[in-house]
Amino acid sequence: MSFFDDKQVRLNIDRLPIAFDDYGFDRFGLSKKALVRAYSPMAYLYRHYLKVTAFGMEFIPRQGRALVVANHSGGIGADAAMIFTSLVLNDEAPRLGQGMAEYFLTRSPFASVALSRLGHLTGLPEHGAYLLEDERLVVVFPEGAAGAGKLYKDRYKLVRFGTGFMRLALKTGTPVIPCAFIGGEEAFPQLFHIKWLARLVNGPFVPVAPQLVFFPLPVACQVYYGLPMHFEGDGSEPDHVIQEYVDQVRASMEGLISTGLDARPQAFMFEKMPDPKEDTSR
Amino acid sequence: MKILITGISGTLARGVAYRLVRRGHEVIGIDRRPWPDVPEGVEMHQADIRKRPAEDVFRTARPDALVHMATVTHFTTGTEERYRINLGGTRKLFEYCHEYGVGQSVFVGRHTVYGASPDSPLYHTEDEPPLAGAAFKELADLVAADLYAGSALWRWPEIDTAVLRLCYFLGPSRGGTLASFLSKSRVPMVMGFDPLYQLMHEWDAEEAITLAVEKRLRGVFNVAGPPPVPLSTVVAATGKRGIPIPEPLYSSVLGRFGFPYLPDDAIAHVKYPIVIDNKAFVEATGFEPRYSAKQTMEGFRWN
Repeated sequence: MSFFDDKQVRLNIDRLPIAFDDYGFDRFGLSKKALVRAYSPMAYLYRHYLKVTAFGMEFIPRQGRALVVANHSGGIGADAAMIFTSLVLNDEAPRLGQGMAEYFLTRSPFASVALSRLGHLTGLPEHGAYLLEDERLVVVFPEGAAGAGKLYKDRYKLVRFGTGFMRLALKTGTPVIPCAFIGGEEAFPQLFHIKWLARLVNGPFVPVAPQLVFFPLPVACQVYYGLPMHFEGDGSEPDHVIQEYVDQVRASMEGLISTGLDARPQAFMFEKMPDPKEDTSR
Repeated sequence: MKILITGISGTLARGVAYRLVRRGHEVIGIDRRPWPDVPEGVEMHQADIRKRPAEDVFRTARPDALVHMATVTHFTTGTEERYRINLGGTRKLFEYCHEYGVGQSVFVGRHTVYGASPDSPLYHTEDEPPLAGAAFKELADLVAADLYAGSALWRWPEIDTAVLRLCYFLGPSRGGTLASFLSKSRVPMVMGFDPLYQLMHEWDAEEAITLAVEKRLRGVFNVAGPPPVPLSTVVAATGKRGIPIPEPLYSSVLGRFGFPYLPDDAIAHVKYPIVIDNKAFVEATGFEPRYSAKQTMEGFRWN
């Protein structure tokens, strides 16, 4: 244990329903030590910088497979990082969210190792199926890179969804938990993209925000989890059936997003939104 | 049962021979290399599998099963010779099996035939094509041999053929691909990469091959033991020191400065994982490894 380790993170990671071997690795290369090391600074940002409040944590199962489907909000991954952190910091049922990583990251040095140690595998349908069959919690962003690269003027409008996640959920019999992230688009308002630089680094896009650095503004953010949705099928359904299911998830996410937007007193909110749990105690 | 083992003088093959003899089978061995203290119950023929004396063994001994382990894997042998032994030899042996009525054959291949790549699924299943030859030309002959052995399933359906794709093994014999990679005190790693490595104890590997013979498996099977561990852990647990080397310099340090020799293309196998799913094999044989990854690596360190 090092000085920088966060106590709550360490305790909750010990409670994760994941089998670790003698060296603290799981069968996909996830490392307990790396989790504590990475989530400790994230927990600090979560509490004190982005001041995240999570609603609907009771919908996250204590164990067993689940697929969290979230919107992208802000182009630099703060949304994903805070969603993952909210799952780890949930004292009632700490879970590790495992994402599907962008291809270009998994072939680059250091990033590939870091992603693997934190449980994020290359975005292949097989990987999603392995994780769910191993009773893990997988987090997907069906908007993909197009959603992450949303400009400020298009904030909180969902772009076209991929349908792969729904086939995966049906094939593995996994409940879908819709999720909305609010605040990312104000924390990192993307004014425009530098296209030539994106081509140069072979990345999906290079956004520019008023702060000019790749770090979010200290805007208070919220995460909303919705009621788990169960769908009937085995993943071999025709496209129109899948599309209909996807639209149901999309509608549910739009509902959560508008609830979240209405709940904010103003868009650029710098005070933490009251915690639902603290509310009831008052 | 009368079992013929080709390449019997190899470390793993000797262990398989001991196990089969102990379980009451009659074992015949063929190898170019001698086995000086061959145990009782093993009939040893020093011959080349591609030459006439090997065929004579089939004709006179009439074995019930063949365990083919006569493949060359070390890279000091030239490409042409490797093709001749690995592919040519495999082909000859299957033809003998057909001609002399051998009802069962087990081809012992390796999991590296899948190839290491960042965008393939982490756990390879048997239905995936082995792709190693594309990026690693020194493995192309083994890929061809693996596929040829697999083709025996439809070419000669009367023979029950099992193609085993065995993961790395470590053990007291200190033989095998991974053992030679870890043979020096310093192990060359590629800076910024730390792939998962799947290894099993040598004795578990021998047991798995023995089970494949006894259960008369038919089909292609991945054979692995405990879950994989990162290469850095393998290096540390076996008491070695991993030296991270920037990728552009990697091939120029191999074979120098106390690092083991590897072909240039092997770098992919030090950057990306090759991990196999052994579910089908476990279901078919009930195989259970006796040694964990930790026991295997620490045993390798101290013996």
